[in-house]
Amino acid sequence: MAGLVLVAGLAAAAMTAPWIAPHDPTAIDAGIILAGPSAQHLLGTDDLGRDVLSRMIYGARISLAVGFVSVGIAVLIGTTLGACAGFFGGFADAIVMRFVDVMLCFPSTFLILTVIAFIGPSIWNVMFVIGVTGWMGVCRLVRAEFLSLRERDFVVAARALGAGDARLIFRHILPNAMAPVLVAAVLGVAGAILTESGLSFLGLGVQPPTPSWGNILTAGKDNIDVAWWLSFFPGVAITLTMLGYNMLGEGLRDALDPRLGGDE
Amino acid sequence: MAVYIVRRILLMIPLLFGITVISFLVVHLAPGEPTDMMTDLNPKASLEAKERLRALYGLDQPLHVQYWRWLGRLSRLDFGTSFSSDRRPVLEKTLERMPVTIGLNVLSEIFVFSIALPIGILAAVRRGSLFDKISTVGVFFFFSVPTFWLALLAMLLFGVKLGWLPISGLRSFDHDQLGFWGRMADLARHLVLPVVVGSIGGLAGISRFMRSGMLEVIRQDYVRTARAKGVPEGQVIWRHALRNAVLPIITILGLSVPGLIAGSVIFETIFAIPGIGQLMWQAVMARDYPMILGNLVISGVLTLFGNLVADVGYVLADPRISFSGRG
Repeated sequence: MAGLVLVAGLAAAAMTAPWIAPHDPTAIDAGIILAGPSAQHLLGTDDLGRDVLSRMIYGARISLAVGFVSVGIAVLIGTTLGACAGFFGGFADAIVMRFVDVMLCFPSTFLILTVIAFIGPSIWNVMFVIGVTGWMGVCRLVRAEFLSLRERDFVVAARALGAGDARLIFRHILPNAMAPVLVAAVLGVAGAILTESGLSFLGLGVQPPTPSWGNILTAGKDNIDVAWWLSFFPGVAITLTMLGYNMLGEGLRDALDPRLGGDE
Repeated sequence: MAVYIVRRILLMIPLLFGITVISFLVVHLAPGEPTDMMTDLNPKASLEAKERLRALYGLDQPLHVQYWRWLGRLSRLDFGTSFSSDRRPVLEKTLERMPVTIGLNVLSEIFVFSIALPIGILAAVRRGSLFDKISTVGVFFFFSVPTFWLALLAMLLFGVKLGWLPISGLRSFDHDQLGFWGRMADLARHLVLPVVVGSIGGLAGISRFMRSGMLEVIRQDYVRTARAKGVPEGQVIWRHALRNAVLPIITILGLSVPGLIAGSVIFETIFAIPGIGQLMWQAVMARDYPMILGNLVISGVLTLFGNLVADVGYVLADPRISFSGRG
């Protein structure tokens, strides 16, 4: 799938960043501020004379890191809560679902902004916030899976053989519940990268001099009339990344779910 | 029907509580106190003065006491005064910005639906055709593009290079001197970019949805019957298929009602539109805590009510849903 190629290429670029980036992404050179694309600087320079290409390559690392960690957090929280709700049912279920409902009432952007306002913008806080505000979907998915799997024969059999709750959860139900979670996780990475870019763009995410596609775009907006390349290239990168993960996610969904015999 | 509504409203009460609790907890995540903002910048503030300020705001009380007092103020719709220089009540500032955001979002919704529905229907009816393939790819692409980047590009192209459309705010400088029609035209020109760019994401999703809904309906037996009876194709689509394909769209419409309230922060910041989103961003940048907290609670509550409206509308629209089984 094309998605896989895109994603793999991006990961490779991110990991080899220190070798392939032509310049130091934080090297300021006041003599060449806002220079257009040239042989020296393939994608131009930003308002402090830093090479855009290098910043974008390092930015890829940041974006991927944020994507994976925040989705990791979200999946962890969501799976735990969803499993409890789905497995134990009754009171635990009611509490968890109310909690999910409340969290879903807040416009996510506002919630993220609020938390960042209170704990300060930094890359770690961004990961934390995106994770903590994005677990609800995973939770519902896991809960639904647990509810249906709980009644299946293999679970009943295991229980009859004397398996305790923990064993049932971890060795029997959970491995079978993860398929939709995987799809949600991949699509979630795309979303997280988008959110991080947006936050950095607003100045509330990754702070300069650490490069992030979003904060390059901030410079782009501020210099929109003189430096089109600052607005253009980071967006291309974000789009390609999102395309990659979206395609990967959709492909995974088609592959993993035999029920969806659609026409796509 | 009335029973259903009453039950839903009763269910909302714990959620309302939940919203306030979570908002309150988030505020107290902050290391340091809300009043530090006021005292830190004043080197003459002595320790006693700080203590007195804290006592004034009730910050020396245990957390649950603080929560109850805050809740009491909330129920009287007192959201406190903004920390920013104008010191106006939070509620007032928020309410005056809301029409802008809601208006913009409503316009976007109208735009989205009027374009996405025909695209979706056409794609379904001409399935597999060039139009279908192009629209599928196009939709996928637009779904992945970050809207704020698109906004920047659009500003760049239409505003800076071509100079056709203004790139910020809702009015030009000489807005008040124009006649009525002049002002309408000015407003319209300013709205074009935000509305169109803001709709792109929604366009993608809705047209896709319309397409699959339509496809599903076309496969149904009653459509086959109509065709077998000799009903002309146009009527088959219009009178039989379309009516039923539209139902899920109404659900989506309902689901997007809550979204109307939350302004897109990024959007309004880029286009310098004075809506709630921009207000929130400014508040965050300025660490204007009462404003941030107030906005959070207000938007949460409004979303909750929006959900209620959406659910009621959904039940009304689809006669297959029984009133007693929901909720």
